[in-house]
Amino acid sequence: MIGLHDVYVLAGAMFGAFALLSVRDRSNPRRFGNGAFWALLAVSFLFGSQLGDTANGVLVVALIALGGTGALGRGTAERRSAEERAQRAARRGNALLVPALLIPLIAVVGTFTLGHIQVGGAPLADPNNVTLIALAVGIVAALLVALWQAKAPPAAALEEGRRLADMIGWALILPQLLAALGAVFALAGVGGAVGHLATTWLPLGHPFAAVLVYCVGMALFTTVMGNAFAAFPVMTAAVGVPLIVQRFGGDPAIMGAIGMLSGFCGTLVTPMAANFNIVPAVLLELPDRNAVIKVQVPTALVLLACNVVLMYGLVYRF
Amino acid sequence: MNLWPLLAIAVLVVGFAAGLNPLLVILVTAFTAGLAAGIAPLRVLAALGHAFNATRYVSLIWLILPVIGLLEHEGLRERARTLIGRLRAATAGRIILGYLALRQLTAALGLTSLGGPAQMVRPIVAPMAEGAAESRFGRLSERMRYLVRAYAASADNVGAFFGEDIFIAISSILLIKGFLAQSGYDIAPFRLSMWAIPTALLAFLIHGVRLWRLDAKLKRLARGEHP
Repeated sequence: MIGLHDVYVLAGAMFGAFALLSVRDRSNPRRFGNGAFWALLAVSFLFGSQLGDTANGVLVVALIALGGTGALGRGTAERRSAEERAQRAARRGNALLVPALLIPLIAVVGTFTLGHIQVGGAPLADPNNVTLIALAVGIVAALLVALWQAKAPPAAALEEGRRLADMIGWALILPQLLAALGAVFALAGVGGAVGHLATTWLPLGHPFAAVLVYCVGMALFTTVMGNAFAAFPVMTAAVGVPLIVQRFGGDPAIMGAIGMLSGFCGTLVTPMAANFNIVPAVLLELPDRNAVIKVQVPTALVLLACNVVLMYGLVYRF
Repeated sequence: MNLWPLLAIAVLVVGFAAGLNPLLVILVTAFTAGLAAGIAPLRVLAALGHAFNATRYVSLIWLILPVIGLLEHEGLRERARTLIGRLRAATAGRIILGYLALRQLTAALGLTSLGGPAQMVRPIVAPMAEGAAESRFGRLSERMRYLVRAYAASADNVGAFFGEDIFIAISSILLIKGFLAQSGYDIAPFRLSMWAIPTALLAFLIHGVRLWRLDAKLKRLARGEHP
């Protein structure tokens, strides 16, 4: 059975290769910083589960020490000029798009099938992690097709991947680190404290006020935590269930659905949701790290106002 | 109620607002939260390590880097650009609007993995939108180029966020169901999905109108006017 661990080993091997290739990149003035950073990440993926919590904590601090103090650099960018790439692209035509589209296709088909295929009495892939496994399978298949099309050795793909990884730099671990911070917040009771403040200090005596505080609270709390999933239990336990549902007789399904979507309005405006907001800005080589957030703010604000009106109009009626 | 852990939020907001390196801000924030809650420093370190190890799946998307890097080296982005440059009706706004519709519809069917910044936006959608803008306005100023790219990324987010909750088996719907069940309300996922539809339509309308107006905005920028 293919499990999440196998995919971690694959990722560990990839980051290990990035580490070696980074160290060899003489055009990068800080090549040893990059090498150490990717090597630590490789260790995390390969041996993280054997290391123990404290050692993993030390590993995280070491990653932050490297990434947070400018120890990472960049080598020379793309070796081929845009004109040269355009010429190659013209010769290759639309076949070039095939591997790129193969990834989502296999990821989707695999998500619905891999968990059900039986091999020797066990499912081919761990049904609990089938989406991630299907994504990895899609990526590997696309890579094989792309290598065959380009008649390139696997090392060439690793070199190009390393170039992209060096471009992304420390931002590459930001989403994972923020997810880890969420767990520390939960341990420290940050959510409970926010819910306590919201219910103690805000006027909630009117059905509309309860809806307003719940929706805006979901958005604000999500902005802070970077994740609507962290905000939902806190706000719903503090305001949603006791006030909207129990005191004012609102419908719990409508409250839950629109409440979560109000949280998503918060996700659109926060750098804490790094994988949605910061990583795209880095990937698209935007000099302003908040450029994606800036174009999302108007949509988020208008939609949040709509959600408040929508919930107030529906939740007490059905 | 111990309110001191809220100090961590203040650290986080000030750190991000001051433009400090986010990794350092997160480290200080984690220790602030832990220490304020009376947790020993070594236990905070272990908790952070445990959580980082348990959330490694978040970083698995980077497995895509070698194949995307290779395809880009072979000219994938240039191909996407020329492909769209040939279509006269294509404008940056309309292409991104089309992607928004596609992303939201597929997410509503549970196919959230069809899009994403590394899979679709950087290699395909952004170059197509830039290509369309180039064939209309000629050379793009940096400001125009960055604006088109940022809107392409925004469509990916808006489409995914406000499409996925229409699908009954998505994690957020299951979280809502699970939490409400704990509170004593047993709700069919179908009802949660149904009530996600009004917001989904409004999200498409609001972001769609803004994308519709993107072309006019680019036109003003191309003429050198300030929008």
